[in-house]
Amino acid sequence: MSEEKKKFDNVQVGNMPSKVPFSAQIDLSKFNASMFEKASDEEKRQQDVMSESTTFFKDGMRKLFKNPLAVGSIIVIGLVLLVIIFAPMIVPYSYEEILSVNGVRDKGAKNLAPFTYSKLEQQYVDAGGYRFPHIFGTDEQCRDYFIRVVYGTRVSLLVGFFASIIVLIIGMIYGSVSGYMGGRVDLIMMRIVDVIYSLPDMLIVILLSVVLQTVMKFKSGSFLSSLGTNMISLFIVFGLLYWVGMARLIRGQILSIKENEYILASKSIGTPTRMIIKKHIIPNCLSVIIISTALQIPSAIFTESYLSFVGLGVQAPMPSLGSLANSARGGLQSYPYKLLFPALMICLIVLSLNLLGDGLRDAFDPKLRK
Amino acid sequence: MSVVDVVGKQAKNVPLVEVRNLKQYFTVKSGLFKTQYLKAVDDVSFEIEKGETLGLVGESGCGKTTVGRSLLHLYEPTSGEVLFNGELVTKKNLPQMRRNMQMVFQDPYSSLDPRMTVEDIIGEPLDVHGLYSSKGERREKILQLMEYVGLNAEHARRYAHEFSGGQRQRIGIARALAVNPKFIVCDEPVSALDVSIQAQVVNMFEDLQEKLGVAYLFIAHDLLVVHHISKRIAVMYLGKIVEIADSDEINEHPLHPYTQSLISAVPIPDPDITRNRHRIVLEGDVPSPLNMPQGCPFRTRCRYACDKCAQSMPPLTERAPGHKVACHVM
Repeated sequence: MSEEKKKFDNVQVGNMPSKVPFSAQIDLSKFNASMFEKASDEEKRQQDVMSESTTFFKDGMRKLFKNPLAVGSIIVIGLVLLVIIFAPMIVPYSYEEILSVNGVRDKGAKNLAPFTYSKLEQQYVDAGGYRFPHIFGTDEQCRDYFIRVVYGTRVSLLVGFFASIIVLIIGMIYGSVSGYMGGRVDLIMMRIVDVIYSLPDMLIVILLSVVLQTVMKFKSGSFLSSLGTNMISLFIVFGLLYWVGMARLIRGQILSIKENEYILASKSIGTPTRMIIKKHIIPNCLSVIIISTALQIPSAIFTESYLSFVGLGVQAPMPSLGSLANSARGGLQSYPYKLLFPALMICLIVLSLNLLGDGLRDAFDPKLRK
Repeated sequence: MSVVDVVGKQAKNVPLVEVRNLKQYFTVKSGLFKTQYLKAVDDVSFEIEKGETLGLVGESGCGKTTVGRSLLHLYEPTSGEVLFNGELVTKKNLPQMRRNMQMVFQDPYSSLDPRMTVEDIIGEPLDVHGLYSSKGERREKILQLMEYVGLNAEHARRYAHEFSGGQRQRIGIARALAVNPKFIVCDEPVSALDVSIQAQVVNMFEDLQEKLGVAYLFIAHDLLVVHHISKRIAVMYLGKIVEIADSDEINEHPLHPYTQSLISAVPIPDPDITRNRHRIVLEGDVPSPLNMPQGCPFRTRCRYACDKCAQSMPPLTERAPGHKVACHVM
């Protein structure tokens, strides 16, 4: 090897071996040393083939933004979020406020159609006053319906978001421990999951809300009391029961990931189990976690809406989309739009979150890679 | 001072790594209640001196990898002892032992976490054992390790999938070297690489040994590679070591019939020699490790098998200085 190297070191441009006939090699004897020029640093750098380093996450995001359905649902969710954040700052009514004009209760402002004023308000506007329009009309208790739908959406999204976070945290910890330990521990932990899976969730929500009503007394006016015991029991039930699906999913992922040699390598380095789960296993099943959380939110919203619809939802006067839809049932034939607005909102949120979850799954699934 | 002297003297006499009667049985469920033992490694003993390379060869599935892994306690050995520098490796001192004994894995594609940059992969052992005091020192150490194995500093921020097989194996080696170990188990580190890269990586192993004085247990199934790098070679068959000797000795005077057939199968790049030499072809298949033949496990394929072979497993006995063979006949 070193001899060969010496051979090449001795080669000068001038005394290069002459070209063999028919060979494709450039005949160097035609050139002399002065015709060559040293490459500048910049030219040398251009020779380095540096592809842009893309991470798994970046790659997935790039694909996600190529999916029109996913982009559409991101826009819809963004718009909904903007509305529920900023609308209460712009609209001068509150969700529990019974409409009044100049301090006088407006008894005529009952069940108004969208963008109409009551007689009293019309007089006020005619007299030159400014009155914010009732975009969705008013309900039968003379409250502005738009702001109630906005607050209902807030509650529903909050419930969906927090419920999925609870599910995510519990499911992730339980699933990763079960999957990583394997063997007998896994067996016992998964049988517990099976037992929990078999409990009727709706029944437990109802029972819990009844029990909590007597056990827990919240200071009136606090956020918890305005949300009501029903909602708290809903959260508790999510925490107790709904994590099992997530735990199973993550366990399955981890069972396959831990067979990889890099886990063994990490063990041979001496990395503690906790760190192996945190640094190697969780990041590698992150895509599955993101996707199933995105799909968990609409399911939680749906559960909340359903419970509110049967009267187990948030405490009045706090609205939620489900309870709004429920109270709109009474005057369905006279005021069909009152059912339309909350129902439309539920559909929009659930549909766009589902589509987003689908898009995420397609973007992050390595098997669907083109 | 005197304690240090004693420890120093001890370290001179005892081998760096000593494996005594290592056994690794795996339970295999067959049927509802029946469990069988798969004797992946059955009563294996050997020693490795400081800075020495012991090659471990044998056909696929004979337990080479398992020896390496249970030696490092990646599997809990069924029985047997591993001593490092005269000190017994136990569960308790395992974290410290991990700093002395490291491993390079066979598959450079699955042994690196796809979500980590090269810097983090090589830095992981440093993080775990707290081998730096500042971020700058960590980076410096990582860059030095990368230089050892022939990687450029600009590669540090890239992900493993951006590298070729040989480069990935270099990353794996740098990770093993990070804790400055005295002993590395190389589990078929070149068998997943193509031949030209194999030579580079094997030469790098040798350079690193010269520079850092590490000892290797070099597991492979390519006798040429093992002969090139090892001082001594151990031959395994079905979980047992059947012959162990200096690498030249085993090449020129193989005693065990299995070793003889292995050596005769090594391709020699000379058509005249190849034409004239006699190749020993083994008959039959490897017996299933789940029901091993009584006595010597090789007797079912051995030309010299006799009644005694079926009765008892021949012990590993010394025939020439440093040349041990487990065979009744030879």
